[in-house]
Amino acid sequence: MAEIEALRGRCTREDNNRCIPENGSAVKIHARNFSFFYGEHCALRNVSLEIKPKQLFTIMGPSGSGKTTFLRALNRLGDLIPNTRHEGSLKIDGTDVYDSRIDIPELRRNVGMVFALPVALPMSIFSNVAHGPQMQGVRHQKELEEIVEKALRDAILWDEVKNRLNDYASRLSGGQLQRLSIARVLALEPDIILLDEPTSGLDPISTLRIEELLWELVERYTIILVTHNPLQAARIDSKTAFFLMGELIETGSAYDIFTRPKDKRTEDYVSGKFG
Amino acid sequence: MTDRRVTLLFASITGLTVIILVVIIGYVMVNGLPGLTLPFLLESPREMGRTGGVFPAIVGTVLLTGIALIIAAPVGILTAVYLTEYTRDTWLPKIVRFGTESLAGIPSIIFGLFGFLFFVIYLDLGWSVLSGALTLSAMILPTIVRTSEEAIRAVPDAYREVSLALGSTRWQTVTSVVLPSAKPGIMTGVMLAIGRAIGETAAVIFTAGSSLRLPRTLLDSTRTLPVHFYILAREGISLENAYSTAAVLILLILAINIAAYTIMDRLAKKES
Repeated sequence: MAEIEALRGRCTREDNNRCIPENGSAVKIHARNFSFFYGEHCALRNVSLEIKPKQLFTIMGPSGSGKTTFLRALNRLGDLIPNTRHEGSLKIDGTDVYDSRIDIPELRRNVGMVFALPVALPMSIFSNVAHGPQMQGVRHQKELEEIVEKALRDAILWDEVKNRLNDYASRLSGGQLQRLSIARVLALEPDIILLDEPTSGLDPISTLRIEELLWELVERYTIILVTHNPLQAARIDSKTAFFLMGELIETGSAYDIFTRPKDKRTEDYVSGKFG
Repeated sequence: MTDRRVTLLFASITGLTVIILVVIIGYVMVNGLPGLTLPFLLESPREMGRTGGVFPAIVGTVLLTGIALIIAAPVGILTAVYLTEYTRDTWLPKIVRFGTESLAGIPSIIFGLFGFLFFVIYLDLGWSVLSGALTLSAMILPTIVRTSEEAIRAVPDAYREVSLALGSTRWQTVTSVVLPSAKPGIMTGVMLAIGRAIGETAAVIFTAGSSLRLPRTLLDSTRTLPVHFYILAREGISLENAYSTAAVLILLILAINIAAYTIMDRLAKKES
């Protein structure tokens, strides 16, 4: 609980979320009464929330609270599971992601995703990062090299792998692999990055590196981080939403959520009474 | 039982398998290798095969198996892709799987009979390389579909999700991530299919005939090594040459296997 105690005394990173200089009122992601069903099971119920551009937004909640379902709705990866449906609206830049005219691959390039388990595509480190742009039709080796280097630098992985770009990516450690996953997403220059419990399989040091990386990336991207760990939400210290059993219980700054939660269930969760 | 005993038991069972294999191959080689000379490989048979070589039969075998593979491999692999990647949660793969499994269990002579009635007579292709190859391709298709399907299914879903989440289309995901990962399994299936096709006799006698001449066109009749071997032994023409033919067949299969695995190794190295 040390992090939470420390939080009560400061309010530094919170400033980042307040000072969105130009168009501070703009909304990047807007969910209104959004519900999502797997068959008869309702995984998300009437969720309404707004996320601003270049905001780091944390979704916190126990397993089965609908956090991942929400992320997978945003890039339409939820479509892969048969027999699903949604209600309400879920808009990115004013366009509903379930609009029939939407180009799903383009949506997914724009809304990158990092998964809970670090995945190395069965190819080299270089090819992993170059994969997205290659599928987009970038063929020039020189251009690909530039994209890969930039993405790896932005993911703070370049120095560790620059001499072994042709090694099989599966030889990287879990922490490196998760940064590689982030580089893979950055190579497509998305607008939004979704991270689904990206540190759940990592050691504390690798976890901290990723958390710090997020604060650097948020200057250029809108980021949604999903975590089941209240301590991580407290460390990240951003705008936070608490999900429970498919419902959005409350949203607020991490400071407010942890020091003066409006809902009893939020209080129970952040103080470790369940979850 | 102690671990020691279990280990011993398994070692002896494995040993038995190896011994059976070595005895069979060794027996054929001991009897066949003396007659296996360069002229035997490069000459045409004379006096029904009592003397001379087996060159036309080698050509016939390679042609028949090669053409059957060129037809069956793409069709089989693409069918497997369709079943696993595009229709996974429907009834279609289940029905096709049931069908392919049944087909894989059908004796080859039935395929031969079908090939004879359909390709040789109905389509009027006669006893020919083409009729034989088409029949063989129908025969090995289930094997290729089934093994490719297993191999593709074994590719972790996480790969597909990552690729799709990067904005790849389904087809791009299949060609750039799924098929490369499934390649070793698919290759194994194709090798099994080659083994089945190259050693086939019944289906081939019915459809490609047993001509001893070198085939000039795809519509010429031909004789494969196993058929040649069968006729030499069955009609008591020359047991020595039958053994030598069998030795050629075994060495041919060995060469194909070594070549396939070398190519696969090269490809794997190039990627890593």
